[in-house]
Order: sequence, then structure tokens, then C-alpha cells
Amino acid sequence: MLFIGERINGGFKDIQQAIKEKDKSIIQQWAKMQVEAGADYIDVNMGAASNKLDDFIWMLETVQETVNTPLSIDSNKPAFLEKLVKTCKHPPIINSTTADQEKLDQILPLAVEYNTSIIGLCMDKKGAPQDVATRIELGAQIFSAAIESGISEDRIFLDPVTMPLRYLQEQVKNQIEAIKQFTVLSSPPPHIIVGLSNIASKSKQVHLINKVFLVMCIEAGLDAAICDVTDEELVDSAITAEVILNKHIYSDSYLKAYRDSKKK
Amino acid sequence: MDIPDVKKTWRNPINEVTIGATKEDGGTRSHSITIGGSTALPFLYSEGKYPHPAVIAMEIWDIAPTDWSEELGQYFSDVWDSPGKWAKKCVEEYNADLICLRLQGTDPDGANKSGDEAAKAVKEVLDTVSVPLIIWGSGNNDKDNEVFPACSEAAAGERCLLGTITEGNYKTLIALCKADKHKLIAESPVDINIAKQVNILAIDIGLAPEDIVIYPSTGALGYGLEYVYSIMERGRIAGLNGDEMWAMPLLADIGKEVWKVKEAVAPEDQVPGWGVHVERGHMWETITGLTYLQSGTDLFIMRHPKAVNELKKYIKSMMVE
Repeated sequence: MLFIGERINGGFKDIQQAIKEKDKSIIQQWAKMQVEAGADYIDVNMGAASNKLDDFIWMLETVQETVNTPLSIDSNKPAFLEKLVKTCKHPPIINSTTADQEKLDQILPLAVEYNTSIIGLCMDKKGAPQDVATRIELGAQIFSAAIESGISEDRIFLDPVTMPLRYLQEQVKNQIEAIKQFTVLSSPPPHIIVGLSNIASKSKQVHLINKVFLVMCIEAGLDAAICDVTDEELVDSAITAEVILNKHIYSDSYLKAYRDSKKK
Repeated sequence: MDIPDVKKTWRNPINEVTIGATKEDGGTRSHSITIGGSTALPFLYSEGKYPHPAVIAMEIWDIAPTDWSEELGQYFSDVWDSPGKWAKKCVEEYNADLICLRLQGTDPDGANKSGDEAAKAVKEVLDTVSVPLIIWGSGNNDKDNEVFPACSEAAAGERCLLGTITEGNYKTLIALCKADKHKLIAESPVDINIAKQVNILAIDIGLAPEDIVIYPSTGALGYGLEYVYSIMERGRIAGLNGDEMWAMPLLADIGKEVWKVKEAVAPEDQVPGWGVHVERGHMWETITGLTYLQSGTDLFIMRHPKAVNELKKYIKSMMVE
């Protein structure tokens, strides 16, 4: 399982304030906490806190001053991407492209040139799909465009778009079905990822819903998540799900073994 | 039609473990031996490296055995009253890569020798031969913990391989290993999960992964070989796929297992039709070894000189990239 830490996001009040006041300490504290909790990548998202390229670069540099973990660049401004990617010490994940041709034309060449991974969000200009078939169609479009550009399967993350359980219950089931179908898209398959926290948006049982949904997605074939990696129960549930699916050898200390293996 | 490429790529190499310390390393061995280091399953050179050929330790005891078959006695009864002479014969006449000194004499249900007596045997072997040494206790936890401090100290700095630690008994040997710079055998009862657990526990109290050789128990041909094989193979595949707690070299204790099964020792007058029994024993040991070799075994402990010779020849024949 690849864990991408979601917490450095301008949508959170403390991060928003840190960006405004150029306070490195809060951002660096979250970077360290997420790495210690086992994050494989740190997602960096400016959100609505700023729209300046320099602020985004400052965020990336701030994180990289304190941890050596690769980054996921979460930006909806394609014009910023090349400079942001160049700021990264390790090849990042570009988060994200949609299935729209002009978006793919902007992002795929960058991914090829800088050896990055990409997250392909299974949506297009028309919005998020309301059924399984459209998710698969859009996912397959992104996948084949990426493969044709020369990006290998292990650098492609397909995201079948998580919608809030509270508002769009039917779509959650469709998403899980789409995950199952993505696993047979190719051999080896691409990574399959979700932005987990959307699922429990505005609900009363955030932790429980996050946990159960993540486990169900893993059973369907998910192997990556952008989530709160500092939620210990959530990460333990994911590791346990993978052990139950025989992806790791059980031992009485399997949680410790898994966590220790991520620390290196 | 294109033939699909079924080559696998593996993520993680198996650890290298070096046994035996030369003068430069603070010991007195003429050379050291490195095992492990594979980056694919054995001999699949198109998928990865198999840098160190599997090696064979010949087993000797600190007392003269009373239950070894006559067939083995023909080779060793002239020397088995002395661990030094016994070791020398194994190295000089039968080309043992290492010596495995089993401290059978310390068994409290047997001769119940003391730690000092065991250490004397260790010293004698170290003084007589220059190959790296494995020191294996009687298997009685309390007695092993009592005997090993003296043995470890007698061999301090020689980078011996000591055995064994288990899920329930590992602290004493790990402390000795760290103090006297030895390596350890981690034993589990034919259980892939416990094998992993022992390593987690050992590493948690400060043992380096590069100091561990996995001994998942051994079954002779006809006595659980397939089951043990499947565990070793599955564990090795997990190790190559990134499970660091299974990325250790593997040990198979062949001689001890083979030379207690009836197929290896029963004389032909008792089991007509089984063939000449003096040929049966070493063949049983050879076939058991050959099979474990394919599962990824890096270190064998064996008894019969003919079986040692056959397995060595086979390993050599496979070391052609």
C-alpha cells in the first residue's frame, strides 16, 4: 500500500495561516509527523490560501528542508507545474490530470520529461461520472494516453473519483466496482488510488467511514490512498486488510514489521 | 504468435551474511564465507544474480555419537572422539566449506557437559582447522543459555554462526552475538509466520538483519520435505518482493534429519527390495539437499562425505551464468 499524506493542504486552517504568515514550523511539523507515520509521499496543496506560484514553491521547499520523502504536487494550475516539478528533489506525483485531451497534452509531456508519476482523475469537462462505465472509459483514456507517451504502468495512478457518502451514496458503490475493473485493465495493472477524505465529508462518523471504505477499496484492488496517515487506526486497518488478502506474510508483529519497513 | 515474456523483476536482494573472520577482521580464519545476496530465485540468471554459491558445513559433535549409523561410522569413528581431529578430516579429506560443531554433549538428558567443556571443544576446532565455524547448541533453551557464553567468548571475534534463537528464547544469544561479533541462526518450527516473528523480535532488540540466517526447520525426503520446501520458497519469494523480515539467507540441516529415517539406515536384510543400504543413505541425503537447493537454501549442514561431494559438484555445475 502506498500512503500519500494529505495534511499539507491550504484547506486546513493551520496550513492556510502558515502560508499567509510564511511560518515554516507548522508545515514542517506536519511533514515530519506524516513521514513518521509511514507516508510514502507527502501531498502539497495550496488550496485557496494563495494563488501565487512563489508561495507554492516556498511550500515545496519548506517540506523538503525537513523530510526526504517524495512529494505529490496537488495543483489545479497547469501553468505552474513545470516550475513546481523542477523544485522537487525526487520525481514527484503530479496530482492530477483529467481525461480531457488538452489537460493530457499539458501534463503527459511533463511527466515524461521529469520522470514523474501521474494521478489520472476519471472525470472530464462534463464533470464526475455518475456510473461505472463512464469511469472505466475515462480511466482507460488516461491510461492509454499515458502508456503511449511512454509512461510505465507503475507511474500511473487511476483515481475513480470519491464522492461523499452523505450525498451520493449510489456513486460510492460504482466507485468500488470501477476499482475492480481497473485491476484487469492491463498486466501489470496501474496503481489505483482514492482521495479518501471525500467519502466522509460532512458526515458524523468520519473515522469509521474512512476506515471501512478504505478496507473495502483495498479488497477491490486499491493499492494507494491520499489520506490522513497520522490516523493510526486507519493505517492499521489498511495493513491488516492487505495481510488478510495474503499480500504480506502474517506474523504476530505484522503491524510493527510493516511500519518499520516504511521507516527506511 | 508472440511468446509472452514471463521474466519477473524482483524488488529486493537477499541479505549477504559473512561467516568467519580473518586476521584483518579480528579473527584467525584463513578466509571468510559470504552467503546470500541473490536478487532472484536460484540459478535464474536471466532474472537476477546468484552471486554466492550455496556452501556446505559438515557436522561434527563434541562427544562421540552413539546413535550414528555404521555407514557414517566407517568414515568418522576413527576421529569422533576428538572434535579437532574430526573437523580436520572433514576439511582436509572431504572438502567441507565450514564445520558445524553440534554441542550434543551438553544436552542435560545426555552427557550434560558444562559450558567450559563445550568451550574447550570450540577452541580445539578453531585451533585445528581454519574454515569458518558454526556452533549449534543442544536445543535445550536453559542449557544453551548456560553453555553459550563460554563458547561465544572462546570464539570471540571469529564471526561464528551460533544457533539457535527461537521465538521464546533469543535474548542471551543476541547479547553474545553483539558482544563477541558473531552471526545467528533464527529457528522456527516449519512456520512461515513464526519465522518472520523471530526476526522482528531479534531486530527489535538491536540485532542487525545482516546477522541473521533463517532456519525454518528441515524435513528429510519423505518426511515433510515438500511442506518445508514450500515455506522456504514462499518466504524467499516474499523476501525478493520486499519483505525485509524474510530477506535472509536460508539454512537446511540435512544430515541430522536424513540419518534418522529408516530409508537411509535400514539394512537390506530387514527391508528386501530397497537396495543396498550403504548406497541408500548418502543418496537420500544428496536428493534431500538437491531439492532444498532449488528452494533457495544458501547453507547446508550435512554428514556423509559422498553426499557432500555430490551436492558440491551439482552446485558448481549450476554456477554458469
